[in-house]
Amino acid sequence: MTQLSSTDTDTSAEAEPQPDERREAWAARLADSLGNGYAEHHIIGGSDLWVRVARDSWTDAATAARDLLGCQFFDWLSAIDWLPSPFGRDMDAQEDNPEPKAADPMEQGHAGGETRFQMVMRLYSITEHMGLTIKADLPDGDLSIDTLIGVYPGADWHEREAWEMFGIHFNNHPDLRNIYLPGEFEGNPLRKDFPLLARRVKPWPGIVDVELFPGEEDS
Amino acid sequence: MTAVGTDQRQQLAYVATQAADARLNVEIETEGMTLNIGPQHPATHGTLRLVARLDGEQVVEAEPIMGYLHRGYEKLADVRTYPQVTTLINRIDWLGSFANEVPFILAAEQLMEVEAPPRAAWIRTILFELSRLANISLFLGDMGMQLGAITPVFFAFRDREFVLNQIEAVTGGRFHPNFDRIGGLKDDLPKGWIDETRGVMVKMRNFCDELEDLLLGNEIFEARTRGVGVIPADVALSYGLSGANLRASGVDWDMRRDNPCGLVHDQLDWKVWTHPDGDSFARYWVRLQETREATHMIEQMLDGLPGGPVMAKVPVIIKVPAGEAYVATENPLGVMGYYVVSKGDLGPFRVKIRSASFNNISVTPWVMRGVYVPDVITILASLYFILGDIDR
Repeated sequence: MTQLSSTDTDTSAEAEPQPDERREAWAARLADSLGNGYAEHHIIGGSDLWVRVARDSWTDAATAARDLLGCQFFDWLSAIDWLPSPFGRDMDAQEDNPEPKAADPMEQGHAGGETRFQMVMRLYSITEHMGLTIKADLPDGDLSIDTLIGVYPGADWHEREAWEMFGIHFNNHPDLRNIYLPGEFEGNPLRKDFPLLARRVKPWPGIVDVELFPGEEDS
Repeated sequence: MTAVGTDQRQQLAYVATQAADARLNVEIETEGMTLNIGPQHPATHGTLRLVARLDGEQVVEAEPIMGYLHRGYEKLADVRTYPQVTTLINRIDWLGSFANEVPFILAAEQLMEVEAPPRAAWIRTILFELSRLANISLFLGDMGMQLGAITPVFFAFRDREFVLNQIEAVTGGRFHPNFDRIGGLKDDLPKGWIDETRGVMVKMRNFCDELEDLLLGNEIFEARTRGVGVIPADVALSYGLSGANLRASGVDWDMRRDNPCGLVHDQLDWKVWTHPDGDSFARYWVRLQETREATHMIEQMLDGLPGGPVMAKVPVIIKVPAGEAYVATENPLGVMGYYVVSKGDLGPFRVKIRSASFNNISVTPWVMRGVYVPDVITILASLYFILGDIDR
């Protein structure tokens, strides 16, 4: 059974370029292949690579990552809503109609961005043992992006999830409907302006956990 | 005689034509039938509903319907603090709960730039692998039950109990330990635990031997699993299958060996098992080998356990600096990752949970096209999912 298993637990990392150099190389190859569709990238030393592309280059970026970088493994796809929650963090029912908190400025994360909604996908190369996260901005008026099913068939369910949770439309998706929520459900729960009703109705007792212990002055 | 003979021949010919007509009619007039499997079928490990459109005994199309157990953890995590989130994510894969906490804590630690002390990292890895035993041992028995052999599932429940006892002795919780903390662990190991665990590892290996005797050589088991539900490597990768399901398709990739972020698997001597076939049998075989491998890993870790504290210096009130991190580990069911976005608050701004079963089950419409009805159960059982891990 030796051919079925592998015992090479230590890789010869010294001989190959360091991971961060390889990440730089990945970013450069993606930038080459996408041209104007490439926005920027961000590397966290020794850990990860974030890339932001234009919305129109979304599927091209996935294709390039699969074919040029060898990212055959489709990890996941989702979206992120950068709007600061109008309800604050606790969402407790101290008052019936809370004043909307002063709007914090929206701050996008690694690799930047301009819009409230961003798409995020995570791909992984099982040969290089490195992954990358690709983001794309979605303009507020037009929350739609091309489907990735043609590149990674596994994107199907993830896109359905993003559709119901964030209300993002995927062009050319053959079967875009709710995956978890009932069909008649209204709203997009993971948007920050969708209230968590359970918390609005009854304060959560667990909130005491974040109070200081007796005798603790400061953190 | 001749007349009778002629009659007989005529009769036989008549019967033959009738039978041929009947066959023809059956083939022509069969209407598609829709079969609902679940939500409460034992093969679904929870409440998965599978709608299968049948043509005779063959599945034309199968579609899993989820959401019966959707608890909205990603939304709930928005309003909780970091230590409170582990309580939620314990319930994702409820058979190997401790393993759920690990990638989340590692992601938070990465953002805070704290590192658990060596002893904590080792105990974490021990509990991580014990969760794997608790999780996969149930699969090993349950798969037998799905195929009609009751005995393995009794063995599984019997021996899994020893593992749960060990987890309970450390954490106080059999199913939901909630033991991992940012910066280390809640407590150290209790006295005498290491020797007891060594005994349990021997029991678990005996359990694997028993199942190997019971099932792997069994003619019925082989007939029902060999060549059933074959998933080629490229399909498995493009659907994001992970864990034993991917390794059973011949892909030699294990996060424990290739991305050992924070855990100590890279300091142990073990190997990654793969199988080239990609069928249900291969998935069972790989998991059986992995269970054995996990017992060896735990024994090595018990031998080499370093001393020292189990908790790093972290503030009482945990505020995680702004940033983003994605950490994934090789959990019992496959790759599980948390994408954590922090804005410097008491709690995360956004948590995306990448659970293994969601991707593993998304391949079912592809793999079930054209299989026979009994094979549906085999495939569902061999892909091995936990509903909490799909619905989150």
